[in-house]
Amino acid sequence: MLIGRVIGEMVATEKHASHVGCTALIVQPLELDGTNRGNAVIAFDSIGVGIGECVLLTTEGYSAMTSVGRPNSPIDTAVIGVIDLVEIGGAPSSAFPVRMRKDE
Amino acid sequence: MILARVVGTVVATRKDPRLEGQKLLIVKPISPEGHDEAGYVIAVDTVGAGNREKVLLVGGSSARLAEGCKDKPVDQAIIAIVDSVDLDK
Amino acid sequence: MQLGRVIGRIWATVKDPGLHAQRLMVVQPLTPELTPTGKQIICADGTGSVGAGELIYWCGGKESSFPFLPTEVPTNATIVGIVDELHVERDRC
Repeated sequence: MLIGRVIGEMVATEKHASHVGCTALIVQPLELDGTNRGNAVIAFDSIGVGIGECVLLTTEGYSAMTSVGRPNSPIDTAVIGVIDLVEIGGAPSSAFPVRMRKDE
Repeated sequence: MILARVVGTVVATRKDPRLEGQKLLIVKPISPEGHDEAGYVIAVDTVGAGNREKVLLVGGSSARLAEGCKDKPVDQAIIAIVDSVDLDK
Repeated sequence: MQLGRVIGRIWATVKDPGLHAQRLMVVQPLTPELTPTGKQIICADGTGSVGAGELIYWCGGKESSFPFLPTEVPTNATIVGIVDELHVERDRC
């Protein structure tokens, strides 16, 4: 799993039938210092997260597809948690300010 | 499997229900000589590893064969605390 | 999954039986800002209807063979959807 930040959403009408009803997020994977780690990816949302939130990102098929309840579906990446706190070396990391959800 | 060092923890309240009660640690890959390598992963701890400890990390679908990880969305698991590494010169 | 643009198509007569009747597309991976990133790849077409120049998203890994089940297609990248709209807000992060 990686730390990521939700930076957007994607809308697609014509897509694999098993993807219907899934929310597609654009997530930027992050390094431990909060900088970008490679390119942003499309991840399905199993939690209900908002733009700007720091999330737990899985990039492995089984974990991704079962978290959104679509076994045997072409899904390789999913958001499976919202990160409240990152500790590095026993102290909270300032690289990951935790954002509250819009509805809280 | 690779060697790694525990460098931190992640706390997440809202998460996949199958991850309830699992300890999530941040680990950095290390060389057999003990030098830090690039990158990091978040792994489920199945052995009670502590900060700075040298551990054995298994990734991919094999991670779900670790204790308590069956059928869970686990892609990296810590499966041993390494006591020592002997290398032939 | 990742974003990409269809930039070409490949035809092959001699191929693995699992690839029979599969459309093979050349895809340039893109960032959310739609700038090209990394090398072009060959994707199977899981939508069956994707055309040249279209903005798509594709899936990698073993999961990319799942759209074709029960046929086992030896692919590790498959186009799984055509993108209508992207909404990116990096500045809010």
